[in-house]
Amino acid sequence: MNGPFWCGVDVGSSYAKAVLVDAEGEVAAEAVRRTGVAFDVVAAALRADLLGALPGAAAEGIARTVATGYGRDNVAFADGAVTELTCQAVAGWHLFRRAVTLIDVGGQDTKVIVLGPDGRRKSFQMNRRCASGTGAFLEEMAARLDTTPAGLETLAARGGEAVALSSFCTVFAKSELLSLIRGGRAVEDIALGVYDAVVRRVVEMAPLRDEIVLTGGAARPGGVLVRRFEAVLGRPVLVPAKPQMTGALGAALVAMRGGEASQ
Amino acid sequence: MPRLESTTRMQALMAEAFRECDAAAWDPGRRVAWCSSVGPVELLRALGFAIFFPENHAAMLGASRAATDLIPAASAEGYSPDVCSYMTSDIGAFRRGVTALSRVDPSITAVPRPDVLVYDTNQCRDVLDWFSFYGRQWGAPVIGVSAPRGVGEVTGDLVASVAAQIRGLVQPLESIAGRRLDAGRLREAVAVSRDTSILWRRVLSTGEARPSPLTFFDACVHMGPAVVLRGDPRSAAYYEGLLAELEGRVARGEAAVAGERVRLYWEGMPIWGRLRDVSDLLARLGACVAGSTYCSSWVFDALDPDAPFDSMARAALELFITRTDAVKERILAAEARRYSVHGIVFHDAKTCPNNSNCRYGMPGRLAAGPGVPSVVVHSDLNDLRLHADEGVRLALEAFVEQCAEASP
Repeated sequence: MNGPFWCGVDVGSSYAKAVLVDAEGEVAAEAVRRTGVAFDVVAAALRADLLGALPGAAAEGIARTVATGYGRDNVAFADGAVTELTCQAVAGWHLFRRAVTLIDVGGQDTKVIVLGPDGRRKSFQMNRRCASGTGAFLEEMAARLDTTPAGLETLAARGGEAVALSSFCTVFAKSELLSLIRGGRAVEDIALGVYDAVVRRVVEMAPLRDEIVLTGGAARPGGVLVRRFEAVLGRPVLVPAKPQMTGALGAALVAMRGGEASQ
Repeated sequence: MPRLESTTRMQALMAEAFRECDAAAWDPGRRVAWCSSVGPVELLRALGFAIFFPENHAAMLGASRAATDLIPAASAEGYSPDVCSYMTSDIGAFRRGVTALSRVDPSITAVPRPDVLVYDTNQCRDVLDWFSFYGRQWGAPVIGVSAPRGVGEVTGDLVASVAAQIRGLVQPLESIAGRRLDAGRLREAVAVSRDTSILWRRVLSTGEARPSPLTFFDACVHMGPAVVLRGDPRSAAYYEGLLAELEGRVARGEAAVAGERVRLYWEGMPIWGRLRDVSDLLARLGACVAGSTYCSSWVFDALDPDAPFDSMARAALELFITRTDAVKERILAAEARRYSVHGIVFHDAKTCPNNSNCRYGMPGRLAAGPGVPSVVVHSDLNDLRLHADEGVRLALEAFVEQCAEASP
């Protein structure tokens, strides 16, 4: 497979993701790594992962690369950089082809992006200067419950009655967890309450009127976060097959269009 | 971005004004008044006061990125970090014995000691708290105007009420100044302010041109004389020169932002400690902030030398910051049209609720009604602990991309 391919690299705060698309815009290869602290190194490693997954593929077969995410300006081999809001919008339109509202629960921030019926972004909202409602919140709460983010979801899946966390602040929420543990609440119910806290923060960011598409590493299809969103919104939530990859996919599609953000 | 040639002249003029005020503070024959930035300046000019503007000083502390380190000194005295960071950084500077004026002229070692502090609460209550701190420090009288806020229609009754309060300042100010108010000098000061205001409005209006010859960030710097030298003929003379330079740029089609492709409007306070960074970021993206509510706050259309008190009152009441959200919404929609902008950047300044106009649904109403898109950046005027570079950068870049998509 010699290409041509178009490459998208999404260097997020927790994970870096990369996608190659072919001339039909179909995903040819994808890769994920922990971001770490050397953005340029992880980006280069991801590109090697992509090429390694395609027998016969070489860097010369990549016609254009666009970077996105927090480390978008650190991808030395990228031909351009575009924000993840644009990339998520491009991927959302590519995958669903209708007016939807995208919710991307990222590691460091959460975004709500409204797509119009023409696929253009109508508006967007980001969380304020606070980790509540983000993947970082889940990571912090998991650590307080002495488990991993995956372990937190396992616990929450066994929860029955979600504990209501009153705090908007991640640091205060951690101390609130201590009180709940001390009070003898079931850790599974506390874990479920952590997910509800994320959902509550997100639904207050913008009116969620259209169909909802949930993306981000925590938005596992059929997972707890998706189910809690559906419970709060009272309607099904759409989730792409690879919700963690949509930023990188969007970047690859932007690369395919010559690096312009236009839909 | 090409530097405006007038900048050097402006800096010299500002330094001159600061030196004069400092000299007055050391001169037993002179009296110094501190005044809130949209207070009754003309009255003070007519009575011969040297005038110092603490808000200008606080903005200098912010722009020099000194403010964040100074605020804790005020917090330690019980001034919450949630209240106006102009006030807390200024009080912190006082407590630490430093002044931003030293950066302009090292021979100035302190803010000029006031003989009187004159406020107008048309912008916020914090100016009164701020001035009261210094009043207690120096035993100086704190007097001023308690103006109505949330003004819809500027009615005759409101004007009469505020005008009466301004008239009420005359006698105590005369006592402090040691002279009687000369009606002719007051008319003259109001006339000079009006002339300055007209010129400043014309300067800002050059931003309507496409491409714009100046940005909001330029205007934040060049508004200095409109604030500090209001009612002083030197300010009008300065703006004549600046206007000529900008009109020359317009005639030649010279852009403040090379390759201007997106036009924006700024609503709210500047982020003083990141003024250059945000300016450079938007310039790199080809986005020009062509207009702002902030810089328009020193346009006083109502000033009339033939009715000094009533017109000063009306001018203070007509200010954007003092109005209801319904009026502000109409003004913003009109400004968006006037400057042909793609959208509005709302600055939600944590410590300045009175000039953060996105907190009661305004962005949504402007999108749903006149169809003006916007983005909200969360930061602060002076406290950089409340500013997240990455978040602000991402929001602005994403909004510029959205605007560019909307009109390729």
